[in-house]
Amino acid sequence: MNITRRKVLMLLPAAAVAWEYVLAGTPEAAPNYNRTQHWWAMLIDITKCIGCGNCVRACAEENHVPEGYFRTWVERYHVDDWPSENPIVDSPDGGKHGFPPNGESGGKNFFVPKMCNHCADSPCTQVCPVGATFMTPDGVVLIDQKYCLGCRYCVQACPYGCRYINPDKKVAEKCTLCYHRITKGLTTACCEACPTGARQLADLKNPNDPIHEFVRTHSVQVLKPHLATGAKVIYNGLDRSVR
Amino acid sequence: MPVDGFMYPNEVELQWSVLIVLYPYLTGLVAGAFILASLERIFGVEAVKPTYRLALLTALAFLIVAPMPLQLHLGHPERSLEMYMTPHRTSAMAMFGFVYLWYLMAVLVLEIWLEYRSDIVRMAQSSTGWTRWIYRVLTLGSQNISQGALRVDERVGWVVTLIGIPSAFLLHGYVGFIFGSIKANPWWSSPLMPVVFLFSAMVSGIAAVLLIYMLTSRLRKQKPDMRCLDTVARYLLYTFIIDFTLEMLDLIHRIYEADESFRSLDFMLHTRLYVSQVIVQILLGTVTPIVLLAVPQVVKLPEAIRKRIYVVAGTLTLIGILAMRWNVVIGGQLFSKSFLGYTTYKMGIISREGLLIAIGLLILPLFILWLLVKLLPPWLETNSGVKV
Repeated sequence: MNITRRKVLMLLPAAAVAWEYVLAGTPEAAPNYNRTQHWWAMLIDITKCIGCGNCVRACAEENHVPEGYFRTWVERYHVDDWPSENPIVDSPDGGKHGFPPNGESGGKNFFVPKMCNHCADSPCTQVCPVGATFMTPDGVVLIDQKYCLGCRYCVQACPYGCRYINPDKKVAEKCTLCYHRITKGLTTACCEACPTGARQLADLKNPNDPIHEFVRTHSVQVLKPHLATGAKVIYNGLDRSVR
Repeated sequence: MPVDGFMYPNEVELQWSVLIVLYPYLTGLVAGAFILASLERIFGVEAVKPTYRLALLTALAFLIVAPMPLQLHLGHPERSLEMYMTPHRTSAMAMFGFVYLWYLMAVLVLEIWLEYRSDIVRMAQSSTGWTRWIYRVLTLGSQNISQGALRVDERVGWVVTLIGIPSAFLLHGYVGFIFGSIKANPWWSSPLMPVVFLFSAMVSGIAAVLLIYMLTSRLRKQKPDMRCLDTVARYLLYTFIIDFTLEMLDLIHRIYEADESFRSLDFMLHTRLYVSQVIVQILLGTVTPIVLLAVPQVVKLPEAIRKRIYVVAGTLTLIGILAMRWNVVIGGQLFSKSFLGYTTYKMGIISREGLLIAIGLLILPLFILWLLVKLLPPWLETNSGVKV
């Protein structure tokens, strides 16, 4: 093939753009980890959560979450009676240090841990103007921090309030499902720290994962199902009042 | 931060500031001014001819400033070109970058250049010193202003305007889509949003050109063409009625459907957004100018009174549309997506996204317009090459 200097010069910028496109959105993974063989999700059993805040603290520690922002948090609900549209909800400091008594008596009280739903059709991924937010082949929504513009469109697009802008780095951040851990065969920091097993990392592609038996035998639900985001954080015991 | 009720912990901080209010406002003025300009060119509304060139320059001045609030708002402005280099195809915002560039280069700059080409060539010949060099560069090497060449200019300009109209619709419709397509936010999520944005853009652009035309006439101690003013004001009224109808349709639809977000949004309208939405946007900024503009249509009024009415109605319109952008952008962030609580927006004064920068960004287009008018005088009598 006859390649002239002119041709090379013409091709170089195109190749640079193409290479950048290929590089963007390649997640970091451990060697020997096959991304095509997993499809990650999380099971949260509200009936087991005691609102201790261990998960919030563990997440903050593991992922260096800046003070005042949350990759996971716990909400406390108090529902008096039907209709339950106006529950009393609080989450002091994201439930990081547990919950002081709220003085409410009667009705029902329960805790709802929240985090990124790693939606299969995630609105945040859809709106990112540069594709800094992307979904890995194993079903985790991640952010390329070297690429994020900090335009905050994704924060607006997330229906669950899971994203924030890191005040120092000025880029979007959220739960990574501890991708650096799960790709090494570990569980997430929040699951590991949960004393009651209210949180369970689940691999929907693994036929032996207990998640399959669980969803077959329990009434499970996701948050805001009408938005059809394909949320993959599956809740057991989710009350109608939870938003 | 003052929060009422419950908000998701990450929601307490507002994401989009007053600068993002300015962005649709400035873009709207561009689209509106351009559509007014095209009235003369495509639809043959001869009466508005005195505003044609002024409207084009106004559109360009505002278009140059339109991306600045976005740039100032970004966490990493140095990465903004990535939107062009590696755009994400499913993102409305990424596609907007291309619509903007298309509109700026393929429509507006081209149309202005074609419109002014013969003037530029004449001025390149008649001026001296450094201005001569500027005009020489602006000719782009083409000195041909023969009758034949000008006829070609005219024909190409017509085609550019024809392409420009849907482009202007696209430009501002897209801004509406950026908000209207966010299903997470019921205050924004509406298929009507692009249409409402488009018509409000036309309203604000027409009002801006009307005011700028009256102001420049005054500064030049010239009598404004009353037939032109009356026609522009009439078009402003018509567009405003469509805009108001669409906005009310949206409101009535929300009230009638009363979905899960309704009580939350209704509460905001009665509390945090009462002044900016009900008083400023609807009563002062929409109903009042519509009534004011309708009066000369039914009652014969002397010129001086009509002019005053247009100044008041135009000013109120610009305030009303700015309030509308505020209520969409800021209003859409004041309530929790849990519909259980509300936050407040505290605007900084001298911060990067504060009030002073916002005011500066509103004045900057007027300064650019002043420069453009000096460089390319839009007054019809200067067609012969007389320098203003």
